[in-house]
Amino acid sequence: MLSIRNIVKQYAGHTALNDVSLEVKSGQIFGLLGPNGAGKTSLIRIITQITAPDSGEIFFNGQKLDQSHIERMGYLPEERGLYKKMEIGEQMIYLARLKGLSRDEATKRLKVWFAKLGMESWWKMKIEELSKGMQQKAQFVATVLHEPDLIILDEPFSGFDPVNAEIIKNEILELNRKGATILFSTHQMESVEELCHAIVLLNKSKKILEGPIKDIKGAYRNNIYLVEYEGQQVGINSAAPFEVLTETAGDDNLHTIKVQLKAGSTSNDLLQYLVPKTRINMLHEVIPSMNEIFIEQVSKIA
Amino acid sequence: MNKIFLIIQREYITRVRKKAFIVMTLLVPALFAGMFAVIALVANQKDETMHAVYVIDNNGSFKDKFKDEPFVKFTYPGGSVDAAKKNLKSDDDLVLNIPANLKDTVQLFAKKKTTLSLADNLQGKMNEIVTGASMVKAGIDTASLRKIRSNIVVKSTEITSTGEQGTNIGATYALSFAGAVLIYMSLFIYGAQVMRGVIEEKTNRIIEVIVSSVKPFQLMMGKIIGVGLVGLTQFILWITLSAGVSYLVGGHTSPTNSALHSFLHNLGANAGYELLCFIFYWITGFLFYSALFAAVGSAVDSETETQQFMFPITLPLLFTYILSVSYLFTVPDSPLSVWLSMIPLSAPVAMMMRIPYNVPGWQLAISMSLMVIGFIFTTYIAARIYRVGILMYGKKASYKELAKWFFYKE
Repeated sequence: MLSIRNIVKQYAGHTALNDVSLEVKSGQIFGLLGPNGAGKTSLIRIITQITAPDSGEIFFNGQKLDQSHIERMGYLPEERGLYKKMEIGEQMIYLARLKGLSRDEATKRLKVWFAKLGMESWWKMKIEELSKGMQQKAQFVATVLHEPDLIILDEPFSGFDPVNAEIIKNEILELNRKGATILFSTHQMESVEELCHAIVLLNKSKKILEGPIKDIKGAYRNNIYLVEYEGQQVGINSAAPFEVLTETAGDDNLHTIKVQLKAGSTSNDLLQYLVPKTRINMLHEVIPSMNEIFIEQVSKIA
Repeated sequence: MNKIFLIIQREYITRVRKKAFIVMTLLVPALFAGMFAVIALVANQKDETMHAVYVIDNNGSFKDKFKDEPFVKFTYPGGSVDAAKKNLKSDDDLVLNIPANLKDTVQLFAKKKTTLSLADNLQGKMNEIVTGASMVKAGIDTASLRKIRSNIVVKSTEITSTGEQGTNIGATYALSFAGAVLIYMSLFIYGAQVMRGVIEEKTNRIIEVIVSSVKPFQLMMGKIIGVGLVGLTQFILWITLSAGVSYLVGGHTSPTNSALHSFLHNLGANAGYELLCFIFYWITGFLFYSALFAAVGSAVDSETETQQFMFPITLPLLFTYILSVSYLFTVPDSPLSVWLSMIPLSAPVAMMMRIPYNVPGWQLAISMSLMVIGFIFTTYIAARIYRVGILMYGKKASYKELAKWFFYKE
C-alpha cells in the first residue's frame, strides 16, 4: 500500500528524518510511534505531500507518490482546526469537495455520517458554537468522508472523552474492516496494543524498531514469570530451574515472586519444582507491554 | 484549477454574506445620496421671505440709494432708531441704523436673528454706495467704470483629436483624486483581509487539512482572487447604486441646480477612461500588494506580530499618497511624478493622480506592463514564503528567516 524508502528531511539546523524506510501493508492498522520531536509529524506531512523530502521515495500502491493520490488519502492533523465562523454542514461539504467529491455526493454521505454519530442537529451550527469534543468528531468525519484508501490520523484520540474515544475507535475499526488502511501516530500505548497490527518506532529522526506487534512483543519475551502461592514462604535453592528476581509477601500468607527461567527450562519445570512445596494460585508470563518496550527503547538511545 | 475555483467560491461567499459587507455596500451610496441631498438642499435654499428694511440714515449719504430687491424692500422712515424698532411689524422686518460717522458700527436690528447672507448683502450694498459716492467725488464716472469692469468666467476647453471638448477640470480631477484615494484605502482594506484570512487559517490550524488537499499556491491564489472579487463586487455595487441614487436625486432637483448637473454631466465625458484605468490599477495593485500581505500573514502567528513587516510594505504607498495632492497634482509631469507612476509600488496611486493630465500613451503602457510584471514577481516571492510560513508555528520570523524560507527546496 505505502512504501516509504530512505526518506531524509532536513530543516535548517536539524534533521527531522534520517533515512527512514517502512512498509505499510494494505488493510493494516499501522502505528507510528515515537516521543515528541521524533519526526512523526514530519513523516506524515511528507506522506500527505504537504512538504517534500530532501531525498528518498514514496510509493502508493506501487506508483510513485504524486498529486493524484491526494484524493485517496484522508488526513486528521494533530492540531485540529476548522473555520470557526462557517456552518458545519457547509464546511464539511467544502472540505470533501476539495478532495474531489461532488456536492451531491458529499451531502448524501454527510447525512449518513451525521445520523450515525448523532450529529444531525449540528448541520446549521457554526464551529465556534460546538464544544471541543464535538469539533473533533466533526473533523474526524471530514477526514473520512471521501472514503479514502489510506487514512492518516495524528493523535486521533486526544481531546476525546472516553465515550467518544470508544466511538471513534469503533469507527476506525469499521473503516479498516471495509478495507481502508490506517496509519496513525499516538502516544497512547494501550490503543496501540488494542488496534495496531504493526508499528514503527521513531526516535531522534531515526527508525529504531518496526514490525508486527506480535513479533515485537515476542522478541521482548525473556522468560519472566509471575507466580503467586499460598502458605509458608518457600525456600528456593540453586537446584531450582529459575532465579528469583523479586519476592513480595502479601496478606493472608500470599506470596508473589517474579522469576526468570534458566536457559533450557520451561514453565512446566517451574511448576514441577514448586507444586510439591506449596499451593500455587496463579502463574503467568510477564510479557513487556508496548509502553515498556517504548520506554526501554527510547531511553536506551538517549 | 477546479480546486482553486472552490477556494475562490468559499472566500467570496463567506465574505459577501457577512453583515459588514452588506452594511458597507449600502452605507456608501447612502452617504453619497446624503451628500447630494445636502448639496441640492443648500442650492435650493434661497431666502424667500419678504424683508422690509427700515433705514435710519444718520450719515445722510444713503437715503434712497438702496435698490429694492424682490424680497428686500427698503424704506426710509426718518425719526429715531428706537421709534423704528418699536414700529417693526413683522419678525422678518429689520432696522438698519447707519451712524453719522461711518467708522462707527453699523447696526442691524430685528426681532429674529438675521441670516448671515442678508447681513452680507446689506454690507456689500453699503460699501458699493460709499465707493460709488467717493468715485464720483474723485471725478470718476461710475457708469463707464461699470462698463469697463468685465465679468470674466473661465471656461476651460480641451483640444483633443476629436475636436474641442468642453471639460470641467474640477470634475475630472475630483474623479481621479477620488480614484487614487479609493485605491489607496482599498489596497489596505482588502490586502489586510487577505492577510487576516491567512492568519486565521494558520491559527485555526485548518491550514494543514487544506494543504493536504490542495497546493499552498492554489490556496493563496484562491484567497487573493476571492477577496479581490469581493472588492470588485463592492465597487461595482457602489458605482451602480451611487449612479442610480445621483440620477434620482439629480432628476428631482430643479433645473436651477445647474452646478450639480454640469458636474454630473462633465463626469460623463472622461469617466469611462478614468474608470478603466481605475479598475486596471486597482486589480493589479491589489494583486501586487495582497500577495505581499499574504506572505506576511503566513510568517506570523497573530495579527499583532505583523507590524515589523507591514511597515516597509505600506511605506511607499503612504509616501505617494501624502505627495498626491501637494506634489503630483501640481507638477504631474516632473521626473519624480513620472517615476512614481512607473514603479509598481506607487503606480496605482500616482498614475491615478496623473490621469487627468493626459499622460502620454507610452508612459501608461510602461506603467501598466510594469504593474503586471510586478504582481507576477511579488506573487512568486510570496508563494515561496507562504508555503513554508503557513506550517511554521512559534518561530519568530525575521527577514533572514524569510529569506531562508524563500530558498527552501519544497
